[in-house]
Amino acid sequence: MRALLLRDLRLAVRAGGGFGLALAFFLIVAVLVPLGVGPGGTTLAVIAPGILWLGALLACLLSLDRILALDWEDGSLDLLATAPIPLEAVAATKALAHWLTTGLPLVLFAPVLGVLLNLAPAGLAWLALALLVGTPALSVIGTFGAALTVGIRRGGLLLSLIVLPLYVPTLVFGAAVVTRGAAGLTTATPLALLAAITALAAAILPFATAAAIRVNLR
Amino acid sequence: MSLWEYANPARFMATSGAVLPWVSALAALALTAALVWGFFFTPDDFRQGATVKILFVHVPAAMMAINAWIMMLVASLVWLVRRHHVSALAAKAAAPVGATMTLVALTTGAIWGQPMWGTWWAWDPRLTSFLILLLFYLGYMALWAAVENPDTAADLTSVLCLVGSVFAVLSRYAVNFWNQGLHQGASLSLAPGERMDVAFRLPLYLAMAAFVLLFLALVLARTRTEIRARRLRALMARERAG
Repeated sequence: MRALLLRDLRLAVRAGGGFGLALAFFLIVAVLVPLGVGPGGTTLAVIAPGILWLGALLACLLSLDRILALDWEDGSLDLLATAPIPLEAVAATKALAHWLTTGLPLVLFAPVLGVLLNLAPAGLAWLALALLVGTPALSVIGTFGAALTVGIRRGGLLLSLIVLPLYVPTLVFGAAVVTRGAAGLTTATPLALLAAITALAAAILPFATAAAIRVNLR
Repeated sequence: MSLWEYANPARFMATSGAVLPWVSALAALALTAALVWGFFFTPDDFRQGATVKILFVHVPAAMMAINAWIMMLVASLVWLVRRHHVSALAAKAAAPVGATMTLVALTTGAIWGQPMWGTWWAWDPRLTSFLILLLFYLGYMALWAAVENPDTAADLTSVLCLVGSVFAVLSRYAVNFWNQGLHQGASLSLAPGERMDVAFRLPLYLAMAAFVLLFLALVLARTRTEIRARRLRALMARERAG
C-alpha cells in the first residue's frame, strides 16, 4: 500500500501529473470572483466562504479523472486488481494520494485566499479546519465517481454530473462552518456533521469504488 | 408461484402484457375521476382560493418522485444480488418517469408559489432537495446512456443508485440544516389540528392512488419496451454473426 501511495504521489508531482494545476485553478477562481462581483469589501466578505468552498470543490473535480484514467489506459489498473492487496485498499490508497496532492495544498493555501477575499480574520482558521476535515470526503467521493466513469471515453462531463450532487452535504456543512466561524458563532454542530460525512464516505465508498472498478475490468 | 418467476423475461412479458391494459385503463379512470373531483367538486380554500387545487397534482407527483427512486433502489439491489435482467431494466425504465414526476412537482409548486408566496422559487429545504433529487436522476440516466455494454451499465448504475440514495438522504438533512423553510409541513398529517378537511382529503387520496397506477402503467410499458429493444439487439447481433 505504501509503495502504491508513493508511486501515485510521485506520478502526481512529476511533469504531466497536474499537481499544481488544482492549486492554480483555486487561485484563479479567487482572483476572478472579485473582478466579477466588484471590489466592495462587505459583499466579498459575505460570499467568501461559499466561493472558497466552491473553488476547492471545482479544483478537486478537475483532477478527478486523472485518479484512474491513466492507470486504466496503460493497463496498470489490471495489475493492481490482481495485486496481493485487496482492491478496496487500492481504492482507499488512490483517494488518499489524490487528497495529499490536491486537498492538502488547498487546505494550506486557502487562508491566503481568504485574506484576498476579505474573509473576517476569525474565519481564516475555521476555513483551514473545515477544508482539512471536509476535503478528504471530496477525494473519496471523487474516486468513486472516477471508478464509475473510467471505462467511458470523454467521461469528464458525465463525471461532474455524477459527482457534484454527491458533494452537496459536504459543501453545505463546510461553508456553514466558515460562515459561522467568521461571524464568531459556535461551529461545533456543522463541524461535527462535516466530520461525520467524511468518516461515512471514507468508510463505505472504497467498497463501492472497488465494486465499480471490478465491473469495469470485467 | 413466487415473484421471482417474473425474472424470466418471457414470463414477465406474458403477464405484464395481460395486466398492462387493465392498469392503464384503471389509471386513466382514476386520474380523470380524481382531477375532475378535485378541480370542480371541492370548495375553494378560504385563504388560497382556487389555487389550492393544484394540490391534487403536486402532492401525488412529489410522492411518486420519491417512490420512483425507492423502487429503483430496490430493483438495483435485486439486480446486484440475484442478477435478474428484468429488474435492471425496470430500474432503467423507472428513472425517466421519476425525473418527470420530480419536474412536475417542481413546476406545479412554482405555479402555486407565484401567487401564494409571491415568488416562483425560494431556496427552501424541500424545494432544494427536490432539485438535487432531479440532479441525481439526471446523473443516473446519463450513466445508463454513456456505458455501451448493457450488463456493465446495469452494474454501474445500480452501484450509483445505492450510493446516491445514501447521499440523497444526507443532502435532505443538510439542506434542512442550511436554510429555514417556506414550505408547509406534511400534507397528510394525522394530527387533528393539522389534518386537511375531508372534502380535500378524499380526492387527494384518489389522486395519489391514480398516480401510483399511472407510474405502474408507465414503468411496465417502458420495461416491456426495454426488453423488446434488448431482444431486437440480440437478433440483429445473431444476424450479423450468421
